[in-house]
Amino acid sequence: MSVTREVMLEQQWEPSSFSQRFSSLDGLWALLVMAGSIYIWWLYRSYMDSYEIAIQAGSTAALIAWGVYWKPARPFTLVAAALTALALWRYDATYELRLSDFWLKYFLESQAAFMWMSALYVLATITYFAAMFTRSDFAGKTATALTWCATAMGLTGLLVRWRESYLLGADIGHIPVSNLYEVFILFALITALLYLFYEDRHRTRSMGGFALLVISGAVGFLLWYTFDREAHHIQPLIPALQSYWMKIHVPANFIGYGAFALAAMLGVAYLLQNWAGTRWPDGQLARVLPPLHLLDDVIYKAIALGFAAFTLATILGALWAAEAWGGYWSWDPKETWALIVWLNYAAWLHLRMTKGWRGAPMAWWAVIGLLVTLFAFLGVNMFLSGLHSYGTL
Amino acid sequence: MNDTTDCKPLRQRTLRWVLLEFLGSMNLAITLLVVVAVASVIGTVLQQNQPYPGYILKFGPFWFEVFRQIGLYNVYGSGWFMSILAFLILSTSVCIYRQAPVLWREMTQFRTRVRLDSLRGFHQQAEWQLRHREASIVQKTLGEILKTRGYRWHIEDHGDHRVIAATKGRFSRLGYLCTHAAVVIIGIGGLLDGNLWLKFKEWSGDLRIETRDLAARDLPPESRLAPGAVPAFRGNVMLPEGATANFVFLRVRDGFVLQELPFAIELKDFQVAYYDTGQPKSFASEVLIHDQEHLGSQPLAATIRVNHPLVYRGYAIYQSDFGDGGSKLEMQVWPLIAPRTQPVAARGEIGNALKIGGPSAPLTLELNEFRLFNLLPEPSAQPGDRKFRNFGPSFSFKLRNPAGEAQEYFNYMAPAQLEGRWFYISGKRTQPAGPFTYLHIPADTQNSPERFLRFNARLRDREWLREWMERSPAPGNNPDFQHDFNQVRLNLIELFTQGGFIAVTEQAKAVVPAGRLKEATTLYLNILRDTLADVFIQVLHDEGMNVEQGISDQEEAFFNDAISALAALADYGSPFYLQLTGFQQVEASGLQVTRSGGTAVVYTGFALLIIGIFVMLYTSHRRLWIWLADEEGATRLVLAGVSSRRLVEFAGEFSELRTALEKQIND
Repeated sequence: MSVTREVMLEQQWEPSSFSQRFSSLDGLWALLVMAGSIYIWWLYRSYMDSYEIAIQAGSTAALIAWGVYWKPARPFTLVAAALTALALWRYDATYELRLSDFWLKYFLESQAAFMWMSALYVLATITYFAAMFTRSDFAGKTATALTWCATAMGLTGLLVRWRESYLLGADIGHIPVSNLYEVFILFALITALLYLFYEDRHRTRSMGGFALLVISGAVGFLLWYTFDREAHHIQPLIPALQSYWMKIHVPANFIGYGAFALAAMLGVAYLLQNWAGTRWPDGQLARVLPPLHLLDDVIYKAIALGFAAFTLATILGALWAAEAWGGYWSWDPKETWALIVWLNYAAWLHLRMTKGWRGAPMAWWAVIGLLVTLFAFLGVNMFLSGLHSYGTL
Repeated sequence: MNDTTDCKPLRQRTLRWVLLEFLGSMNLAITLLVVVAVASVIGTVLQQNQPYPGYILKFGPFWFEVFRQIGLYNVYGSGWFMSILAFLILSTSVCIYRQAPVLWREMTQFRTRVRLDSLRGFHQQAEWQLRHREASIVQKTLGEILKTRGYRWHIEDHGDHRVIAATKGRFSRLGYLCTHAAVVIIGIGGLLDGNLWLKFKEWSGDLRIETRDLAARDLPPESRLAPGAVPAFRGNVMLPEGATANFVFLRVRDGFVLQELPFAIELKDFQVAYYDTGQPKSFASEVLIHDQEHLGSQPLAATIRVNHPLVYRGYAIYQSDFGDGGSKLEMQVWPLIAPRTQPVAARGEIGNALKIGGPSAPLTLELNEFRLFNLLPEPSAQPGDRKFRNFGPSFSFKLRNPAGEAQEYFNYMAPAQLEGRWFYISGKRTQPAGPFTYLHIPADTQNSPERFLRFNARLRDREWLREWMERSPAPGNNPDFQHDFNQVRLNLIELFTQGGFIAVTEQAKAVVPAGRLKEATTLYLNILRDTLADVFIQVLHDEGMNVEQGISDQEEAFFNDAISALAALADYGSPFYLQLTGFQQVEASGLQVTRSGGTAVVYTGFALLIIGIFVMLYTSHRRLWIWLADEEGATRLVLAGVSSRRLVEFAGEFSELRTALEKQIND
């Protein structure tokens, strides 16, 4: 691969030695996260078993590492934590307050927070496209801010919903990643965070509209699911889902799904740019769309990250299955489709890494990959029956 | 996985070489990845391992046989699918075999024999002419720069020039080895846990698949597997409470074999807990493991729940299903079409069939299911108002006629309150998965269906009706008219009890001219209704109720409900109403017992795969070459570098290195 000078300049270069990277501010961050985590453990320790404490410790370490590796993660985490704390303080122990307390009803109750998230994501999508066509820096910054706010509201909503489920009943309480409604929110959040990361690292907002388009799609589904199907009610967990494995299997899976979705949307941008660039090389469209080399690079990075996360998630799923269904692999439709997705992206990575394939075919493949992923994520639950449909037991 | 097919020098084309070349080629690997993906789709679209009659119904006998031959009912266990997987494993192994020596060299050796031209051809390269600098000093500076950046290096003096070969992150190369070895290891472990052992035993004639519906004790020895006969299996057993089993059944195609266990499982108790919303909260089996050899006479007590299996001596026992273990039911059989009013008592067990109905119309009563709870959405709740009500115990049964046709019924034990009144509810359906249509039998003041059933019996007793009509003629009617009128009334009641209101209106259509139809129908219905009311009042009178002053609103509501139920009886299709009067519940727990000898192998593969993928994608092997040559008072310095992955990052790193180097040597 030839590395042009502009690609290099887009990269924010950081010195590689660890001691240089780990500043005193990082130390403060680590202490803060640890203190917060210990406080949360102290508050809710009666609900946790040893596996869940281990998961919390692992998540704490991951959060610290995330904040060190990527600085904007810190204010984001702190804002979401503060909003959640405010909501929990308003709630105290009464679920019904969500309908009467001003702060809860209009901002922080999980349903309200998700509505804010939805509205902000849609606004951000429009603003990103406006910024792209008008080449307005101000509009671009606004779009980024909107995306951050939407993501913070979404995360707050999920965290508050987690607490709300316990307020409904100690035996009902569970992490909100247990049904299609909840994981769609998770999907939107993770896709947005992945996008924001690449936006920050590559110093460009030109990809924003495309990334946010898939998130807006998810929001559209979410709204339909809420208002038409009333799927937003907190449901107790069926026995098969009552396991600490859910806390790690599902989020890992959605890092994969989010990254694949992002790669596919950038694939669309790539194909558009490719088409516009050959049709009108100096046209307006070719100028405002993100450059090909950038898209190519980010598509690869997103797929690589998604593949790693998806592998981890599938293995975690296999370990869980060994505990719940009598074997680490049962050729259940969901498992099989996970394998299909995995094989698909494995083939993609092989072609790119060893055969050196680039350009439009790989972009097409990334787009088609999303269809495969989408079927594994949604289609299996809708059209095929199996263990993941949670029928009788 | 580097594709070396294109750049290898020509060698003698031996068969071995051609085979290795083919199996190790990237194109084959990618093709296999895609083929496995596509083949896997089949098994998710067509439901696997279903009973064969279902497939015959779906595809017809011809296609059923074709699909059976190509193994579509168990794709993932079929020979061709296994072969593709084996091919993928083989291809990956060949890749590792060919790549490992190359990778090993790159990891362990410094390549110090390089040509200046090739260094100048690198993407990342820089060149300087340093005047008044001695090569040895430059070399020292270089050493410091490389050291701070974590490079290891080796210097070789070639006389007129020196080459420094530096390397960093060489273990990144292990990522490739880990991931590809992991695929092979997981594949082999998976094959060990698959059905190869059974297939082999069947092929060698040691094992015969049993397709008859036999009980465990009647199974011939050639369909039994001794403990340890196969290292991996997944079997199921349904244990009623109080029962003990030392075997499980393994499902194979359209039959099964029996796997004996080296211990026995006794089910003490099976418990289902529910949330307030009616959804199940937990399924738990209290079991005792009896194992004379390892536990002596003291059995091991354990609770098996979903997500909490019991692992005993390498056998994992899971909660996987539940059902009825033969609950004992006591019933009252009320005749619905005969004029009798007295019920007959009956007893049965879930899973059994009883003869019922006498020699003239013999029927088989199959008792299918008993449920202790029926948590259903509250019927009067507003949409979105998530209220549930427990409708109490119920049982379901089939009535089968001698021709084999069956209707399915679902009866609640206790009456349910709907809109302020109480009903015995009975559902009926003719299609196995169709919706139920419900019969609502009003409950009387004693909370019993008896009054309704007595009313119904009176209406079907033509003799009694005739006598009753003659006993109480309307005053002032002449006897001839009264006789004709009674005949009309009798006929109307008969029509009504046979076919509901529809039969009455149909009859009117058949005998009355079209012009007077509406008038006549109204008249018929009025007469029918008055007569029904009179019979009803007689029934109340016979109960001992004082009906001189008319009847209360409550009785009137009962009458209306009774008329609706009578009209619906025409479609009920059963000559009886079965009332559940008592039960003794016996639950059964479906346990899955598995043994998988390959688990440790597969989990090792999992660990390698995760480590390998992260190492491969997020680390890189970076190599630098520095060419130093003294040229007439100056030093020529050529710096070139290459990275195995993360080229963009390496480009940045290289340019930073170059800047640092320039700064150092210009000082």
